[in-house]
Amino acid sequence: MRLKESPSQTAGPYVHIGCTPRATGLAFADHDLGSSLITGSVDGTQITITGSVIDGAGDPLLDAMVEIWQADGDGQFGKSKGFTGWGRTAGDMDTGAFTFETVKPGPVALADGRLQAPHVTFWIVARGINLGLQTRMYFADEETANASDPLLCALPDPSRAATMLGHPTGDNTYRFDIRLQGEGETVFLDI
Amino acid sequence: MTMFPPRDRTWHPPALHMPYKSSRLRSPTHAPIQFPTTPAEEAGPTFGHGILGALDADLITNFAKPGEMALGPRLIVHGTLRDETGRGVPDALIEVWQANAGGRYRHKKEGYLAPLDPNFGGCGRMITDAEGRYRFTTIQPGAYPWPNGPNDWRPAHIHFSVFGHSFAQRLITQMYFEGDPLIPLCPIVGSIPSAEAVTALTATLDIEATKPMDSLAYRFDITLRGPNQTHFENQPEGM
Ligand SMILES: [Fe+3]
Repeated sequence: MRLKESPSQTAGPYVHIGCTPRATGLAFADHDLGSSLITGSVDGTQITITGSVIDGAGDPLLDAMVEIWQADGDGQFGKSKGFTGWGRTAGDMDTGAFTFETVKPGPVALADGRLQAPHVTFWIVARGINLGLQTRMYFADEETANASDPLLCALPDPSRAATMLGHPTGDNTYRFDIRLQGEGETVFLDI
Repeated sequence: MTMFPPRDRTWHPPALHMPYKSSRLRSPTHAPIQFPTTPAEEAGPTFGHGILGALDADLITNFAKPGEMALGPRLIVHGTLRDETGRGVPDALIEVWQANAGGRYRHKKEGYLAPLDPNFGGCGRMITDAEGRYRFTTIQPGAYPWPNGPNDWRPAHIHFSVFGHSFAQRLITQMYFEGDPLIPLCPIVGSIPSAEAVTALTATLDIEATKPMDSLAYRFDITLRGPNQTHFENQPEGM
């Protein structure tokens, strides 16, 4: 008999106590897990990803927790020594802005051999979010790879693919705002 | 690599649950896009037992001054982490956070009038053993009022964040306590569509696991998404 997954519940406004305790001023452990993706020497282009999570009224969330999960520069998950591929942040508690220092992921092959464009998985939890929201950031300057990405090409409404693009702003920095609701609502994934 | 079937969205709370006010502006209006899992969902970050400090799973003392302890009824909370096929999930990171015995969180933005307990932080973590079991010690968290409707109270609960072996197995949820009369009144619990699913989040008193003259015990098993089908090679002969 197959069991049912435990039902999700909101992370609530105090998720940071458990997941990024040091960011709340709690002296727990010597660092918050996920505070650096790059832990040693790592191949590939170092990049910064920054943005906000924005609610249906256009206001940034100040109490979200954002995690990212991605392949390394060679398109492999969890294989490089100096790179965890996983990051987590409470964001700036006054502005809501999140920032990740990471490397640009390589293209990732599907089991059938088709190549996916470089992408970073985002997972957002907060008060008011009943089940963690998953999306992906693709790179706006990877037009050719994006044009043949199996997931972007499978969107029922292709015009919404633009909501999954991180935009270069210079200095290897990409801006990715996540809109939970309304105009320009980000595509969320059930995978 | 293991493929995962999509989540049962009729079992989980919907994004929008009107009685839970915070969900109104934070719920996507489009349904999430289904797509077969890819390497991103079939792999996940790993955490070694080496990240754990000696007191990480003891919330009674991990924030207390030397020789002191957090106030409140002493509890053991334990259970098994398994996937939907029933298999235990070993080496999984579980992080927990909770209010103190008075219902107050240690957080900059929390203003409930109940006092902080100088010996209670409210944060703990553990890694499941080879069979997927976990255990931590804490104090009974208090119920607390929250700004939602005119008079809403959260039942006593402990928040859980769980990492399985892949990003498809990432889950955040809450544990409630058997018999709490606030459970059916709570708009956050009420976001869960069925009574059966609420029961899955309700820990039961485990009198066998209590520590006489020391701590009560509650059992709370957690289930993560599991692979599509049992691997053929693991099935016993003749089945
Ligand atoms: Fe809470």
